This record gives sequence, structure tokens and C-alpha cells, in this order.
Amino acid sequence: MAYTAGVDVGSTQTKAIVINEAKKIAGRALIDTGANVVIAAESAFTEALKNARVQEEEVEYVVGTGYGRYRVTFGNAQVTEISCHARGATHMFPRTRTVLDMGGQDTKAIRVRSSGEIVDFCMNDKCAAGTGRFLGAASSALDIPLDQLGPTALRSERPVRISTTCTVFAESEVLSWVGRGKKIEDILQGVHQSIAARSIGLLRRVGIEEEITFTGGVTRNIGMVEALQKGLGTKLNLSEDSHFIGALGAALFALDHVVAGRAPAATGRHS
Amino acid sequence: MNQQAADGIVGRGNREGADLFRQWFSELDRTAQQGGGAGYVFVMGSMCEILRTFNLPVVFPEINSLQTAVRRVAHEYLNQAEDYGYSPDICGYVKADIAVQLRGGEHPMGRIPKPALAVLTNACNTYIKWAEIWERMYQIPIFTLDIPGTRAAGTQTWAGDADFENDRQYVQAQITELIALCERVTGIKFDIDRLREVMGYANEMSRGWKQVLEFNKSRPSLFNALTDGTIYLGVTNGFRGSAEGGRFFTKLVEEMAYKAANGIGTLTDEKYRLTFIGVPCYPIFRRFNELFTEWGGTFVHSTYLWFASGGANLGFEYDLAHPLESLAEGVLISVRDAMDSMFYPERALLEMVDSFHLDGVVYHPIKSCRTTSTGMADNRRALMAMRDIPSLFIESDMMDRRVVSEAQMKNRIDAFFEGLASRRQQEAAAR
Repeated sequence: MAYTAGVDVGSTQTKAIVINEAKKIAGRALIDTGANVVIAAESAFTEALKNARVQEEEVEYVVGTGYGRYRVTFGNAQVTEISCHARGATHMFPRTRTVLDMGGQDTKAIRVRSSGEIVDFCMNDKCAAGTGRFLGAASSALDIPLDQLGPTALRSERPVRISTTCTVFAESEVLSWVGRGKKIEDILQGVHQSIAARSIGLLRRVGIEEEITFTGGVTRNIGMVEALQKGLGTKLNLSEDSHFIGALGAALFALDHVVAGRAPAATGRHS
Repeated sequence: MNQQAADGIVGRGNREGADLFRQWFSELDRTAQQGGGAGYVFVMGSMCEILRTFNLPVVFPEINSLQTAVRRVAHEYLNQAEDYGYSPDICGYVKADIAVQLRGGEHPMGRIPKPALAVLTNACNTYIKWAEIWERMYQIPIFTLDIPGTRAAGTQTWAGDADFENDRQYVQAQITELIALCERVTGIKFDIDRLREVMGYANEMSRGWKQVLEFNKSRPSLFNALTDGTIYLGVTNGFRGSAEGGRFFTKLVEEMAYKAANGIGTLTDEKYRLTFIGVPCYPIFRRFNELFTEWGGTFVHSTYLWFASGGANLGFEYDLAHPLESLAEGVLISVRDAMDSMFYPERALLEMVDSFHLDGVVYHPIKSCRTTSTGMADNRRALMAMRDIPSLFIESDMMDRRVVSEAQMKNRIDAFFEGLASRRQQEAAAR
């Protein structure tokens, strides 16, 4: 049985996926990227191998993706996360025609054909507004753990309007609402709605066609899922592995190479 | 052609273009040192034909400004203008020029003389406010030519049409006023035979420029529309109506013909043929091009070579028997075309997909310029609706390195080429 792997080195977290030649996920890993991108990539890969109960020598091809893709030193090739998210999303949900990937400081909207070919894409430029970083700023301002933001926001009855689009100023606006006596859940729901609005704007730029698949780390935030679905007026495709879709796409591209017969053995990490 | 001559011909245009450019700036430096003035003009409607008739040296502040970016000192000039009070949002070309003026003409390529007058058209509304700055700084006359634009996409009128003749007469009346102004400013009497001579050289240049652009339909393409094209643009503008300019383009056509006949292209392996829409990213000019050539992508065409040559790409040739009438017609058509290539490029691009064998279109909106950038997203959608051709939309600036992110652009460019490669594989599999 042949195995391939994809390692998605993001700004905040690094994900690794090992798949078998039947395109089934054999193992996965998720770690914080930290300051050393090379070590993060290696650690995530090691964890995924352990999770898959696969030896490194059994992995025939590795593709790195994400901003840190060129730092996946043991990888055989690099593919942009735009292509990987499109590939992973259409594999997991074959009726995908639009992908929304929301990561730590990067959000992208991708429109795809039924073949998985990218028709158009659009990313936030020069600014982390509308990304997970905005949620991080709110979490820090309100001293609420990230995984509690979504459930807290869903308790809102009268969300506030967050006017700033700047992640840096988000913290001060959140605190000003606190100072005016607004409920935490209403402030948080306002934050979620603001991020959703920005993301929907990106989606409109590439053109929205159903089905829409949501990928990236923010998929774990049920408050964001709700805000997006409400803003779009439709359900989003989600899975427990939505966070790993970029790495999955990378692993699938790796499998393409193996299948095409152009597969050198994965290089040793320390060579 | 013998072998030695043949060996020298490839790259001759770039070498001689660079030489002409240096010569131009040397002459400007001399004029500045002598305290002389120049005609300050713009690439869209420079009216060099008239100014040369009065022996006025021409200065193109847009070109001066982009040179500061190419030479990696633009940020010093932009900072100086912003310290002086100009907003970061204002066109980088304007601000760099303001700093040149504040520095007494100091520029990386030599000293730039002050303006004796400024001539501009309405092709870019920023030109108007820019010229007013010189008017205030130097108390010089500024002359704005109002060139009627296309009323709606696809409705251009031509000679023989009553509306066209109205527009042409309107332009001619303004040219007559400009001539009177030049006589006042220079103290030289207008010489219509000299105008004919200048227009003759302009004809040679326009004819050649049109042919050069057409040559790039060749496979492989013969020049890079971005990097080589900018050199040719410098000559198109700075030497418009001069004997050297005419000669340069005649020789450039010869070079392109030679390269076409011998299959000499720009890349060892030309994989993807692209067109570039907008103004280049000058702060990382060479690297920007490399982000494409690393993938085997080359720019075979750019709308920049249309509007920044003031519409000379049309190859309109003046009727020297009726110089003023014909000049008005040529200026009307050319400047109108320059505007159309910014506002309605999708129709022309549609035709080019096949004739230039394009694999993709790269749109480059820039922070500095509303005129070229505002309609790009809509133009792109219009083209996508008409033709299934891959396109990329990447934003930066032509001057301000603060909004140029190579890493972000590379990510998008890489994804674009991954898509092109995937499309090609699927097409091959389907055959």
C-alpha cells in the first residue's frame, strides 16, 4: 500500500495528513507553528505518521503547502494552498463549486469547476481583517478562550455592530462596547458578523455558486459557521477534517505524482 | 545579412534604446545647468509634434518618476512629498515629481530642467491637478487639451462621420491655441514646414511601433512586453517626432523581423503566453517579471504599450499635405484610443486571445491610479463572461514599495500557474 503526505504550514498552525493510495486519510496531526517553521513541519509530519501507524519510509511523496511550504525541507514539491484547498474541498465534497478558507491571518475565496480546476480566487490583501486573527484579538480583549467564542456568540440576542475592519483596532472597539455595558455575547456576535460580512464580500468577488465548502481553522468555530450560513442564506459543507483540507489537497497532489510514476523516495529530514 | 551583422542585431533595440534614454537625460541635464526651461508633457497626448516644432526640450514627469522606482529610490522622493504635506493616497508619480521639484530638479538620471510650460490632456484627470502644482510653483502657463472620448464602448466614430468631424475640429481649434501659446513662450515663429518634418518622423515611429507590437504574435514571442516594452516606450515618448526616434523604430522592426525569421524568443522555454493589463510594478520591476518567467510565462503584450504610448500603437500616419487637420485627427484618435485601452480593453483583448495565442491575462490594479485601476474588476468580469480564458488579479503599486508585497504576489502568481498547468493537463487528457 502506497502512502503520501501533505504538510500545510500556516501562519498559526501546521497540519499534516497521511493518505493511502485509495485516497483515504490514514493519519493526521495539528500543532502550533511557533517561530520555527522547519521544526513545526517536521513535528507535524512525525505526529501524522504516528497517528497513521505508518513508517516514514512508506511515504512515497510529500507535498508542502501554506506560506511555509518552502520550509518543508523533507518535501518533494510545493503547491500553493489555493490549489490545495480547492483540491481537498472537491475531494471531500465533490459538489463543491465555491471554497471559503479562513485561516489564522489569511482568508481566501475560490471558485472551482466540477473537475476541481480553479476558475477564480481572491484573498484578503495586506490586512488580517476578516480572518481568524480578528477572533484572536477579540479573545484576548475579552479574556475568553478561542474555543468558547463561538458558543458564547450564539447566546446573543442583540448583537452590536462592529464598525472597524482593522484587526488591530478591533480590541479597542470591543473594549469600548464593554465599557458601554453591552453583553459579551452581543459583542462577540457582532465580531462574528463583521468577519462573516468581510468573507462574504470576498466570495462575491469570485462569484458564489453552490455548494460552498468551508475550510481552515475557523471552521471549528460554530458561531462563525452560523454567521456565514445566515449571511449567505445557505448551508456550508463541513466536516471534522475541515481544518485539514489544505493538507489533504497537498497529499492528493502527492498521490498524483506517485500514480504518474514520477515518485522519488521521500528525502530524509536530516539530510 | 552577414553573420557579424546578424550577431549584433539581437538585443540592438534594447542597447540603443538605453543609449537614447541616457542621451535624452544628458541633454535635459545640460538644459537645466544652463537655466533653460522645458515643455512638461504626459504620455497620453504629449503634443511633442508641436513642441518639437518650437525646439522645446520635452520632459515627461511620469517617466522621471518611474525611473526613481526602477532605481529603488522612489521611497525617498515619496517620503519627501508626504513630509511636505501630500497624502499617501495621491498618485506616486505626482509625489515623486514634487520631490524632484523641491530638490531643484535633482534626479537619479541627472538634473531635470524647470518647466517653461506644461501641456496635458484630459486622458487622466490627475494630470490637471498635477499641472496646477507647476502653475503655482513656477507661474508658468499650462495648456489643457480636451480630447473627446468614446461615448460608450464600441461606439467610436471615424473620419467621414459628422460627430467625428465635430470632435476633430474641436481638437484642431485647441491645437491652434497651443501654437499661439508656444510662440509667446518661446519667441519663435511657428514654421509649418518644420511641423511637417516632425510629423514625418512621428509617422515613421508610429508605423514601426505598430509593426513591432504585431510581431509579438510570433511563437516564440520576440520581446517581453513588460521589460523590453518599457525601453521601447521610453523612446516612443521621449523621441516622438525626432529623426532618432524614427530611425530607432525602423531598426527595431528590422530586428524583430530577424528574430521572427530565426525563431529567437525571449525565454529558453516559452510555456505560457500572457498579456498584462495596467502599469507595471516598478519598485520590484525585474523580480516581478521573474515571478512569471520562473514558470515559463512571458508577457507577449500589454495594454500599457497602448495607453502609455499615447495611442501610437494604432500606427496612425499623418497626412503631411494637411498637417494641422491631420494632427488634430491623429491626436483625437490616438488619445481616445489611449483612454479606451484603459476603460474598454475587453473587446480588444477578446480578439487578441486567438491572434496572440494567449494562455492568460494578468490584471494589475495599483493603489496610485484610479484611472487605470477602477474599472479593472469589471473589465475582467466582462472578459470572463465572453471567453473562458484564465486570468489573475494582483494588486500593488507602480511606485510605492509600502504596498508591494512580493510574498503575497508570489503566492497568487504561483496558484495562477498551477491552474494553467492543470488546465493544460486536462486539455491534453481530453484529446
